Amino acid sequence: MTSALWTHLVKDLRIEWRSREAVNSMLFFALLVVVLFSLAFSPRGAFSQEISGGVICVATLFASMSALNQAWAREIRHQVLDAQRMAPTSGSDLFLAKVMANFLFVSIVQLVLAPVFLVFYNLHIAGQAWQLLLVLPLGTWALVANGTFFAALSIRSRNRELLLPLILFPIFMPALLAMVLATGSILTGDSDPTLWIKLLAGYDIIFTTVSLLLFDVVLHAE
Amino acid sequence: MKKAALGLYIAITLALLAWGFYQAIYVAPTDAMQGEIYRIIFYHVPSASVAFLFFAISLAGSIGFLAFRSNQANRAQIADAWALAGAEVGVVFCTVVLITGPIWGRRAWGIWWTWDARLTTTLVLWLIYVSYLLLRRFVAGPQMQTLAAVLGIFGALDVPIVYMSNRWWRTQHPAPVFGGSEGSGMAPAMAAVLGWNMLAWMAWGVLILVLRYRVERQHQQIAAKEAQEALNA
Repeated sequence: MTSALWTHLVKDLRIEWRSREAVNSMLFFALLVVVLFSLAFSPRGAFSQEISGGVICVATLFASMSALNQAWAREIRHQVLDAQRMAPTSGSDLFLAKVMANFLFVSIVQLVLAPVFLVFYNLHIAGQAWQLLLVLPLGTWALVANGTFFAALSIRSRNRELLLPLILFPIFMPALLAMVLATGSILTGDSDPTLWIKLLAGYDIIFTTVSLLLFDVVLHAE
Repeated sequence: MKKAALGLYIAITLALLAWGFYQAIYVAPTDAMQGEIYRIIFYHVPSASVAFLFFAISLAGSIGFLAFRSNQANRAQIADAWALAGAEVGVVFCTVVLITGPIWGRRAWGIWWTWDARLTTTLVLWLIYVSYLLLRRFVAGPQMQTLAAVLGIFGALDVPIVYMSNRWWRTQHPAPVFGGSEGSGMAPAMAAVLGWNMLAWMAWGVLILVLRYRVERQHQQIAAKEAQEALNA
């Protein structure tokens, strides 16, 4: 871990620790989504087991939008981003630090939300519960790595808040599918999620590598 | 000379389209299993081929733009025009595929839509390129081309992953008809008709693609000229 990456990471964590903006807004938003779905479908029994994997993934996805936009909007103020571009460090450090910080925030949200979720949807985990500890971080990494990249890409557009989900969701679809199917099969215990975990891992590796390679291009786009 | 060549090409394309239509509707034999509805293949399959080819052209344009943008400005602009033209015309053909597909599926399978490997891939591909076109609209200034090229590369990377993930999930679309296993293939009379329609729609697609490319090039030249005049003023 380079010192530049460490500096960026500590800075982001410190800002979040003092304001708690990202985690709090995400948490409340995700809670709202979970409650709304619960109201809309009043899930019970087997049906509840089947849909809850999808609901928790989509809730995370929607909630993370605000945090991802904020991550770069903060850098736009006071021309911080221009300073970052002139700094003699590689853009990939900046990118990776942002991804790690956001990964931590989204993971905290998922951890806090999990018990609420179990209560509202009357869940019991029929499959191997420990596999969730693989699926959720892998899926969250896919979401956050791509999301951070595309947030940086859309930050200089008009109505950027709107653009991020429009370009992120189509690209994120295979990861969402794998995440939903893996979570669903762990909750119901009907099938083996190994294939989907592998797919998520592959997706993470491919897109994180490409993001690291292309981030300088996006950061210095003129 | 150039205009005459273009006129000739348009005439040939229109003739091919008319011939293809005649072949598809009146000449091709009725399918033993599906009856008349199978004739939609003469529009569905060529459109899909054209769409995938043009998305590939768009990807090549995106890569070319990123490769040339720092030292060969003119080539980079040409690459970007191809990337835009490929994506835009590709989306149109992909829309045709997504409309003809469910019409066919309703009769052949009894359902409009299913989340199968090729259907999902095509839909996600369509969504990705629509988002690509949206990005080009939303981002202002010279950075737009760079950002669009990056998104174009990301989108293309996504396609094989979507395809594989759905293949493992479920598949309803027929296995490859051409070059597939035993029992695949098409009656020669039908294959010839499909070949004509493929040629006709490819010619038509290329015509639209080139026209769109030229419009974009002129657009770029006007923008460059205006920028130069603003500098001189």
